[in-house]
Amino acid sequence: MSQLKDAILATTANGDKAFVPYIMAGDGGLEKLQSTISKLQELGVTAIEVGIPFTDPVADGPTIERAGERALANGTTLRKVIETLAGFASEIKVPLVAMTYLNPILAYGVEQFAQDASAAGIRGVIIPDMPLEEKDIIHPALQEANIALIQLVSLTSTPERVERLTKASEGFIYAVTVNGITGARSSFANELEEHFAKIQDYTDTPVLAGFGISSPDHVKSFGAFCSGVIVGSKIVDSLANDDWATIEELVLASKVATVR
Amino acid sequence: MSQTAIKNGYYGDFGGSFVPEDLQEVLQYIGEQYEKYKNDPEFNEELEYYLREYAGRENPLYLAENLTKQLGGAKIYLKREDLNHTGSHKINNVLGQILLAKRMGVKRVIAETGAGQHGVATATACAMFGMECTIYMGAKDTKRQALNVFRMELLGAEVVAVDKGQGLLKEAVDEAFADLVANYKNTFYLIGSAVGPTPYPEMVEHFQSIISKESRAQHLAKEGKLPTAVVAAVGGGSNAAGAFYHYINDEEVRLIGVEPAGAATLSKGSPAVFHGFKSYVLQDEEGNLLDTESIAAGLDYQGVGPLHAYLHTTGRGEYVTATNEEVLEAFKTLSRVEGIIPALESSHAVAHALKLAPTLSPEDSIIVNVSGRGDKDVEQVFAMLNK
Amino acid sequence: MTTTVKGRFGRFGGQFVPETLMTALQELEEAYDQYKNDEEFQNELKYYLKNYVGRETPLYFAERLTDYCGGAKIYLKREDLNHTGAHKINNALGQALLAKRMGKKKIVAETGAGQHGVATATACALLNLECIVYMGAEDVKRQALNVFRMELLGTKVVAVEKGSATLKDAVNEALRHWVTNIDDTHYILGSALGPHPFPTIVRDFQRVIGDETRAQILNLENRLPDAVVACVGGGSNAIGMFYPFVEDQDVALFGVEAAGKGVATGLHAAAIQGGQTGVLHGAFMYLLQDENGFVQEAHSISAGLDYPGVGPEHCHLHESGRAKFDTVTDDEALEGVKLLCRTEGILPALESAHAIYYASKLAKTMSPDEILVICLSGRGDKDVHTISEALGGNLS
Repeated sequence: MSQLKDAILATTANGDKAFVPYIMAGDGGLEKLQSTISKLQELGVTAIEVGIPFTDPVADGPTIERAGERALANGTTLRKVIETLAGFASEIKVPLVAMTYLNPILAYGVEQFAQDASAAGIRGVIIPDMPLEEKDIIHPALQEANIALIQLVSLTSTPERVERLTKASEGFIYAVTVNGITGARSSFANELEEHFAKIQDYTDTPVLAGFGISSPDHVKSFGAFCSGVIVGSKIVDSLANDDWATIEELVLASKVATVR
Repeated sequence: MSQTAIKNGYYGDFGGSFVPEDLQEVLQYIGEQYEKYKNDPEFNEELEYYLREYAGRENPLYLAENLTKQLGGAKIYLKREDLNHTGSHKINNVLGQILLAKRMGVKRVIAETGAGQHGVATATACAMFGMECTIYMGAKDTKRQALNVFRMELLGAEVVAVDKGQGLLKEAVDEAFADLVANYKNTFYLIGSAVGPTPYPEMVEHFQSIISKESRAQHLAKEGKLPTAVVAAVGGGSNAAGAFYHYINDEEVRLIGVEPAGAATLSKGSPAVFHGFKSYVLQDEEGNLLDTESIAAGLDYQGVGPLHAYLHTTGRGEYVTATNEEVLEAFKTLSRVEGIIPALESSHAVAHALKLAPTLSPEDSIIVNVSGRGDKDVEQVFAMLNK
Repeated sequence: MTTTVKGRFGRFGGQFVPETLMTALQELEEAYDQYKNDEEFQNELKYYLKNYVGRETPLYFAERLTDYCGGAKIYLKREDLNHTGAHKINNALGQALLAKRMGKKKIVAETGAGQHGVATATACALLNLECIVYMGAEDVKRQALNVFRMELLGTKVVAVEKGSATLKDAVNEALRHWVTNIDDTHYILGSALGPHPFPTIVRDFQRVIGDETRAQILNLENRLPDAVVACVGGGSNAIGMFYPFVEDQDVALFGVEAAGKGVATGLHAAAIQGGQTGVLHGAFMYLLQDENGFVQEAHSISAGLDYPGVGPEHCHLHESGRAKFDTVTDDEALEGVKLLCRTEGILPALESAHAIYYASKLAKTMSPDEILVICLSGRGDKDVHTISEALGGNLS
């Protein structure tokens, strides 16, 4: 059973919405990783998506791309991130989700990656440049290590694909809320609600909304028709500016007790 | 039009050979050799082979649909000399003359060049036929066109910087003739335009006439009739001579030569003997040459080939002008509308076609001779537009 | 990797792209499948190739080069005579026509030195498509004239400041642009690279090179050549040349990668000879990368070969042994330039000069009754400046 899925279901069982912040590992130095993760845990996040920097991040928008460039300049690699996480694994209370492009995993070695990632507290993996059709490259090794392979479902996916992706996704379903790449945006299409309902029809795996969620209002409006949200660029920006107040507001917006 | 008017190196009153006696003899010898080979089947077969396999002929007669639609008049066809090896019509003549040189048994070819285009074309053909090659170039020009000098050297040619007088094209021509007189037994002087003393204009016209030989057949095949007009740029006049040649007896086809407004020899000049032949020249009342000013280096010349002087005075050809601004606009228009960047020289023809086409009906068609590609001019235009 | 997915060449290729692109790729694949056998589409393409590009290009017997090498009879396939000066226009025009049929109004493309950008801008001017080209900021500076040329043709050029600010970053940005605008935009990829169906589409639009060559050599010599040589960066001219000969086992195929300063120095662009398998820009292929799977910058005097990956079909031809891949250094390529200039009066592109140099060595090892064909993929006018600087005026 997926620890990741359990954590999300436990959150929604309370009436809260799952909140998954995205951080870029190594942005500001890998030594910051432990304190960032523990502060996010204290704020009550459901899980943490840990981005691994890559030289050619085609699925990322400018904010995350720049963070990745900073992390690369710091010498951050997939291997170093896993080693760092393993160093404080016992203190990691929430499931971690690694978001990495495929090539660093191939260079690492698929089986070895799955074992080491599992030992470092990683419970889910998002590989944005590996579509469902190609998943057999890595899926057996991840299964062996009890790591969920999360699929992205986009607005442009055809109905058949939505069904296949949804049924195949483990841990949660990453529903992309806009066409294109990650990054903060101000308005969203109305048909989203319908889109989410369709996705949820196929599965009991929770659906989280991501891409372009940048304000407490977004968190609430998206939370209203799915199990929770992933916030990327806004968190990355806030962390870079050490602006924890903004992060706290975002997390609070996912809690049922919050009335503002 | 009477063909008999063009005879023995004369075009009506124009043409001829006004050179010192020693050079006269050499030119007569070259003329005899040319007469001997120009209708020789074996010679022509070899020329056709290289035009086809090496230069890439025949090149298309392309219907410029976008431009036609935009102008809303006559159909515009582009004769694509820009697609030839080395990027212009120049190669047609160079291959012809060099094969003649080969038949004559000479091992060395010389040429003059201003901006470098004709020098590069000559060096190219020499490399291919294993001929020794010397290019005369004004010292000032070698500095301004260092990259073209390098290109000629890359092709194995020797480039001689002529540091006499103003160090420009005229001095290079003088030097080349001096070389020819001294070495004519083993040396051939390859002239690039339809100018100079007999037999050069006729020889150049002959080798360039492949342009209209092809375009005439292509137009007949596509439209079942002859074009309303053929438009070509005129400096010395070699591409225009080639583009007009096979239509000269088709009286219903208008032949339109476009000169730079700043070097409008036929529109503003008067007859004179210049550079060894009689033609129109831009001169003042005292017979001093006037300065020319054109953005197209290849048209920046005070004289013009005798054929054009003749077509002008007989009225068979129409000679008009285009300003630098109109030319630049035409350069941009053809680039944007058809994806074809024309040479600034060829842009003169395009500029006139832009004016002419809307005055004609959709049943009419115009052939515009795109004599060369504009890659060589992109840097110059970039500098002009970013001033 | 053992998965069997569509768009594979052996174990290479695939569709390693974000989910947001999958539908667009599927749409492209369907449209392509429909039009590749559509007579009207093919006739339109043929019309433009003949009347606009100037095809067919000659298969020219290089007599003096042959004499100089003293071995096999050498023929040059003259892609340098195409409109815009290289084979790139074959693909740009094909894809632009395809985009038009698909109802797309806009085109996005990447370019390194600017050759594919100019070809694409040209096709878009011809077919009235709005065009945006991404180009690394470093390349924009180095190739200001090609930027201007694209602008003349009505294209918008966007400088990419990210990453190494070169070709691969331009590809990243073009892909991003496409992801965000897939409704009305088609991405014209410039080489036989990227996710399925691009490697197949590009190969099919470039195979005109090999198809013509095959017919021409049969006509001239009444038999097939013994060897075919082409340079390989992404590999579009090579795959176009090779493809029609793949089933002819007697025709040896040679792909020449750019060794830059030498493969041993690490400053090269030889993905097959000096890289490992990996995934970039949508395909599993040989790739220049470090032990962390980070993509390394490629190095070559020839901008068109300066890419860290290589088309998946070439990877397969290498692994299956059907084609042989070797390398030529910057200095050797310059020798190739001089050689072709001096013997044939043809200034080759630096890319093509890699093939020239390699073929000149290969020809010597062959006998005079054997035939060797070189794909002369482009003309070298664009490179005169680079060549002049590299040789330092030294032409001995």
